[in-house]
Order: sequence, then C-alpha cells, then structure tokens
Amino acid sequence: MIDNDILERVLAEGLRTGADFAEVFASDWRGTGVGLDDGKIEQLSTGRNRGAGIRVIAGETTGFAHTADLSEAGLMAAARVAAEAARQGGGGIKVVALTTQPSRIVSPIEIDPSTIGKAAKVDLLRRVDEAARSAGGAISQVSAGYSDGRTRIVIANSDGLVAHDERVRTLLRVSAVANGDAGMQTGFDSLGHTMGFELFDKVQVEDVARAAAGRALTKLKARPAPSGSLPVVIKAGSGGVLFHEACGHGLEADLVAKGASVYKGKVGELVASPLVTLVDDGTMTHEWGAIAIDDEGHPSQYNVLIENGILTDYMWDYLRARKEGRPQSGNGRRQSYKDLPMVRMTNTYVLNGEEDPADIIKDTPNGVYVAHLGGGSVNTATGDFVFGMTEAYLIENGEITEPLREGNLIGNGPQVLRDIDRLGNDFAMGNPGTCGKDGQGVPVGDGQPTLRVKAMTIGGTAS
Amino acid sequence: MSTPDRSAELLVIAERVVAMAKPGEQVEAYVSRGLSTEVRVYEGEVEHFVSAQSEGIGIRVIKDGRTGTSYCGTLDPSQIAEVLAEARDNLGYGEPDEWSGLAEPDGVAVVPQSLWDDNLENTPTTRKIELAKLLEKLTLAGDSRVRVDDSNYSDAFGEAAVATTTGIRVAGRENGCYLSVGTLADDGDETQTGFGFAVGRNVDELDLERAAREAVDRATRLLGATKPESRRITVVLDPFVTAQFLGIIGGTLNGESVVKGRSLFAQRIGEAVANPLLTLVDDPTNPLAYTATDIDGEGLAARRNVLIQDGVLQKFVQSTYSARRMGVSPTGNGLRGGYGGSPSAGCLALQIVPGLRAQADIVAGIDDGILIQQVQGLHSGVNAVSGDFSTGAAGLLIKNGTVGAPVREFTIASTLQKMLLNIAEVGGDLEWLPMSATGVSLVIHDVTMSGA
Repeated sequence: MIDNDILERVLAEGLRTGADFAEVFASDWRGTGVGLDDGKIEQLSTGRNRGAGIRVIAGETTGFAHTADLSEAGLMAAARVAAEAARQGGGGIKVVALTTQPSRIVSPIEIDPSTIGKAAKVDLLRRVDEAARSAGGAISQVSAGYSDGRTRIVIANSDGLVAHDERVRTLLRVSAVANGDAGMQTGFDSLGHTMGFELFDKVQVEDVARAAAGRALTKLKARPAPSGSLPVVIKAGSGGVLFHEACGHGLEADLVAKGASVYKGKVGELVASPLVTLVDDGTMTHEWGAIAIDDEGHPSQYNVLIENGILTDYMWDYLRARKEGRPQSGNGRRQSYKDLPMVRMTNTYVLNGEEDPADIIKDTPNGVYVAHLGGGSVNTATGDFVFGMTEAYLIENGEITEPLREGNLIGNGPQVLRDIDRLGNDFAMGNPGTCGKDGQGVPVGDGQPTLRVKAMTIGGTAS
Repeated sequence: MSTPDRSAELLVIAERVVAMAKPGEQVEAYVSRGLSTEVRVYEGEVEHFVSAQSEGIGIRVIKDGRTGTSYCGTLDPSQIAEVLAEARDNLGYGEPDEWSGLAEPDGVAVVPQSLWDDNLENTPTTRKIELAKLLEKLTLAGDSRVRVDDSNYSDAFGEAAVATTTGIRVAGRENGCYLSVGTLADDGDETQTGFGFAVGRNVDELDLERAAREAVDRATRLLGATKPESRRITVVLDPFVTAQFLGIIGGTLNGESVVKGRSLFAQRIGEAVANPLLTLVDDPTNPLAYTATDIDGEGLAARRNVLIQDGVLQKFVQSTYSARRMGVSPTGNGLRGGYGGSPSAGCLALQIVPGLRAQADIVAGIDDGILIQQVQGLHSGVNAVSGDFSTGAAGLLIKNGTVGAPVREFTIASTLQKMLLNIAEVGGDLEWLPMSATGVSLVIHDVTMSGA
C-alpha cells in the first residue's frame, strides 16, 4: 500500500518537533452489504474507505491526525499536524530504519468474499427469509443483513517496525418478529467469523434463520420476567458477555492506570470463584475477535487474565506498556485509521469446568435459565454491569419450564465473579459482538461453558 | 476573519454525478466533508490532541423500483466515477419496490437556521487546550473527594450537499463545540462516577462552571449508595434520563416501523396512547435544539411535527419511502448516518411540552418514590417492538417529599405502553441537552424496581 521509504520519511517528519515516537497506521477497506426486509432485497451496497492515521507521542502527550490521502504529500501533511499537536519543545532530526516483520496468519481465508458474485450473497438472504418464515405461521416479519469486508493494513513506527496484515470478516444477522395474542415479540441471531465465504459451506444459513425465528416464537408464550434476586444459570456460549462486562473492561490497563477500575491493585489476589480461569485470546482461529497483529503491529497473544480465581494480569497496549516498562499484550486496537488505539479485548472466554450442565440445572430448585443474551454495559469504576436476556426461562424444581419476556440483569462484577458456584464442561463460543469504548467499536468474541451465578438481580416486573 | 461557505463546491460535485444519470434512472449524490478537533487533558497535561479530516460521497441509483448504493471515503474524481458504476451495478440485485424513489421538492419552505459561527473557526488551538485544562481544574476544586478521569474539548465543522435527478439541490454547513468531563468520587474503598458537559456554537457559550458542578454532584451524591429492596414504586426521571426515554419512544413513532409491521403504535392514530399530560413534538426548526437543522438527510425542509398531542397519537415521522408507502405527506425526517448510509425515517429533535413545576416541588408531593439519575443498558434491556422496558439504574430514594439515601445496582422495569399511560406529571424544568431530545423531570407511576 505504501513503500517503506515513504513510511520512513513520514515517520521522520513526525519526529521533527522532538517527539519520541511516531507511527503510521494505514488501511484500505472494501466491503459489501446486502439488506433484506419485508420480503425484499432492499438494496446492495458496496463501499471503500482508505486512509492513514499518524500518531506522534512526546512525553505524556499524543498528537494524532488522519488523512484519506495516501500520497506522500498527504501523509507528510498529516504527520506535520500530528507532530505539531504533540509538540513539546526540543526538536531535532531522527533517522528511522524500518524492518518488515514476517507476515503472520491466524485465520487463513479460503474464499475471499470479493471474488464471489453479488448474486450468491443475495441468495443467502433469500434462503434466510424463507427459512425464518417457514419456522411458524406467527412469524410476521423478517429482516436480515449480510456483510463482508476485507481490510489491508500497514503499520510502521519509529521503533523500526513495519507490519502488514489482511483481515477478512463475514457476517450474517437475522431478526424476526412474531405476532401473537399478547403483541409482538422479536428474535435475533447472528453468525460472524474472520473467515471468507467458505463460512457458508460450514454453516447453513437456514439454521441461523430458524434460531432467530424460534426465539421470537418462544417469547409469544412468555410471561413477565421475575423481579428480584435469584440464581441464574447461563447456557454455554451465551454468557461470555457477562465476563466481558463484569471484569474484562476492568482489566484494561488504560482504565486501571487512571484508577477507574475496581480491579486496580488486585494482581495476585483472589478476585473470582476458584472455578474461573479467564483468557483473552486474539489467536483463536476464525473467531470474530481474532487478529494476527493488533492495530499497533504487535502479534496477538493468548493472555491468561484470571487463573483459578486469581488475577494474573491486565491487558496492555503500547502506551500503557511503555509507561510501566513491560511488554505489550497484543491488545492495542482501534476502529479505523481515523481513531487512536486503546486497550481492547479480542476473544474473551472462560475455560471449561468439569460438570455435566444437566446437573447444574437439576441442582437449581428455583432460578432463571438464560439461553441467549443481548448486549451489556459496565461502569468499570463501580463494577456495576447489566446485560440483556433475549431468551430465558424459569427454572422450577430443577427443570427448565416457562419462557420469560425480555429484561436486563444487573450485578456487580467482583461480587458476581465470586458468586459463580457451578461450571460446566460444555464450552462454546457465543455470537459475534461489537465492543464499544470511548466511541469506537471493534469486533470481539466471547465464550464460556454453562455456569451458575448464586444470585443476580433480574430486572423483570413479576413479583 | 471568516472562511467562505465552501459547501457550494460539494454541491457542484453532487450535481456533476446527477448529470450522469441515464434515461429511466433516478440518481442521488450525497457529498460531505468534515474537520474535527479533540483535546483530552489529564492531570493538567494534554493527553492527546486529535485533528481529524474526513470526506466522502454516497450515491443511490434507482431504476424500475430497484435500488443500488455505493460509497467511498474520498472525493477523488476517478473514485467517484467508480462509485457511480458500482451503485448502478448493485441495483441489479435489488428487488423492485413500487414505493422506492428519491425525495421530490414538496414546497415546504425552509426555516433558516444559524448553524455556523465564524467565531468558533477563529478560536486558536491554545484556547481550546486551556478550556479543557480549566474544566479539569474547576471540577477538582469542587470537592476534595473527586478525581477527574478525563477532561475533553471537541469541536466539529461539517459541510454537506445533496442533489438528485428529482430536483433536490441543497447544501449547507454547521459547526459546534463541546466540553465534557468524567469524574470519580472516592470514599474509602468505594468509588462512584459522574460526568458533566457543556455545548455551544462557539467557545464563549460554554458554561464550564455548570459542567464542573454537575460532574462533581453526579459522582458524590451516589457515594454510600446501597441496593434497594424490590418493589413497585413511583419514579421521577431526571431530565437527562427523560431525554433518553423520549429517544426510545421516538423510535417507535416511525413510519418505516409501521409499514414493516414493527411498530407498537401501528393503527393507533387518533387514539390515546399516553396520559393527556404528554405532548410530544419533533421540531428541528427550533434553534435551541442541539440537533436543530434546516434540511433533512434527503434534502427536504426540516419541519415541526406534532407526534402526540395531549396523549393522543397524531402522526409518525416519515422518510420519503415510508410516506409514499403509507400514502401520507412527507414529514422531512429522512436521517442519514454520513455518506456511507442510506436515509431512513427518524426523529430529528424531540421536544416534550413542559409542565409547570420545578423538580423540588414535584418531589415534595411524593411520599415513596425514587429519583432516577442514571440509567445503564437501555440498548440491551428495552425492546421497541414488544415494548418491554428494563434498565439498570442509580438514583436517590424519595421519602415523604424529600430526596434522601442514594441507591444503585437495581433495575426499573415496565412496558413502554404502560409507562406512557402512567405519566403522572411533566416537569417545568426543560433542559436543552446535547442529544436529539430535550429533557424535563418526568413522573411515572407503578414501575417495578428490582434490587435485593
């Protein structure tokens, strides 16, 4: 995308005002999106966004500028703006010599979606529509979206690093409405991987459609969710977002450094039930949060965050790691070339326990069984977090019984981690997610085996 | 010194694309360009300074009821030709829809807005940095228990143009600035968080003292908060929370949801859907609204639309598509999320017609209630199709007419339908907030609080 000698000159320009670090992040994204709604392919859209963000760090100050102009002149202009923004007196000339990193592949792509005809993508959605509508006569509406994107990335910095990457992600989203005597209900499901079009050889889109429709249909018979504190069993592969919110964000070093995390100063301490080993793993092949290198050029890693309940480490980007004089962990990510990198999760999951999930349900006299979760959010400073249940059931006398209407669950991260008292052996990854932080969204994955939390507050209306 | 309005240049680019339409084609070009600055200060130093420039074009082509779109993040002429060719190719894969079509000028006069202030453009960078530093300092001075997470100044300059083969030709520009501060308040092992903000068309309009005070109050007043007992209760929503609630209600009053069978309120025009105390208006022509605008995303004049009058549903907001499909007049509510998105129906600037009393007077009349100051998880706990409403919250209990103990880690739940009918009072404390809805204190009866 950009030659090394141009990158060297741009980085040198970034350092001219006396800064101690300069970085170029250039990306070229091309993507296709198809939307189906109300029984029709509404439109097919294709797009391209490319540009470069230039970051210059001088002491504690970061200057950042971006441009859609990838010519040398465009890059030099952005470098001057970034350098000016980070200016801290001084000045001088530094020479940057770049060494290209060997390229690394975490998620091999078999079929680049850009080589597949648009008609094949449209056809996937027609199949989705038909399958969802055939799932039950009460299905009154279906919308679905297909999207793929391929991003080529070049990252170079004044420490001499040049790294290249190519990322392909393919996503299908289905949402269905069912209409019954008590009004409408919705169901949602999605499928997304860092994979090419071969994804649809491995998974039948009809299954995704039926899962979404099934959720809407189930809830037609749902009763209001309970209000108050109850044991909660979370189905394998549906509750990773709990860990993402309950502690993942709180283990991001930028928040820890500012004292905005309840996990500050807790490394080496027991912060969760000894059943819990939590990992953030950017190397998990084909998962939605998988990356070969992070957006600062550092190879992705398998990072153990909590081991048998004990906090082992936080997640790190370049800036925080540099401040602490320690290695990065491959968690420096950004939404696009227009954004500064931050500490972000990749695929965050809890390792398997030993129990048969059926026993966990059987041993729960009364509670709630959560089979599918919506999004969540957390206040990292207090640890209070919520997540939405989009498919849930009552557990009565050790059996899953009636479906429940939607609602949020609320808990406090450190408390909920301690209250995990059962862990299954049926690990599964969940739906693809987009994690939002400081206005930037990045693709993330999560997963866990079936587990039980001794008590959580269910935000329903039934007493 | 002031720079000339260069949005006319964008209109020229858009018109050039439109002129390339082939017989039988409708073509729309949306062209935008923007420049923004963001300064973040931490502990008296600039943590980062971001200077961001962006531009792009989105093209829609409609032929025989089929729609294709394409976009690109540059205004490079060679790329634009490719975008048009792609949009044309893409329409071959859309299915014919008899109501598809671009907006047509409908004779509604544009209400001019002053969306541009030269003073902001002439503000030196050093002043922007000083403001963020000052806000941090004022906030820290407010209470010794308070730390500042970050103090931010940001501004944005944007210009955009839309041209279509159906006769739309509009261009304009706007700018504005924003200050925000995030706070942490500590008491022993406990930490609570807050935030404050100030908005303006230029930096002299920014009220730093108020932003600092609110950031301090929001964080400190929750110190010592406990988890309340579960029960049914009367809630008073703080103006900032009400604005978020109105945003959700606005999302249900949408013609596109109606025609696609996803609206709670389809077939309810003329019926009482809310307590008669509620009158809800979408009015982007009110210059006090943060999201005031003269033109919608499809190029029609923005206009005042009464959605709910004295509790009775009056109309839905419409895009050109949904208005045509419902057989009603356009409402000027085409929303566009930048050059990469297609327009869809949405509220532009929701306003609730305020009542008379201040929050303190309202609280004085409540024996057992809760003042909700923060909500968390509206995106995950509210379903605008089924109407189920459940959100995490924090606030202060109200006992015998006075505000008392702070509470947190609980949810409030009901359904949107019930909440509208159970509105018991609309406050007189109207606030113009940096979002697409205004706030007032809003009292709602019979909401379920779930805690311990």
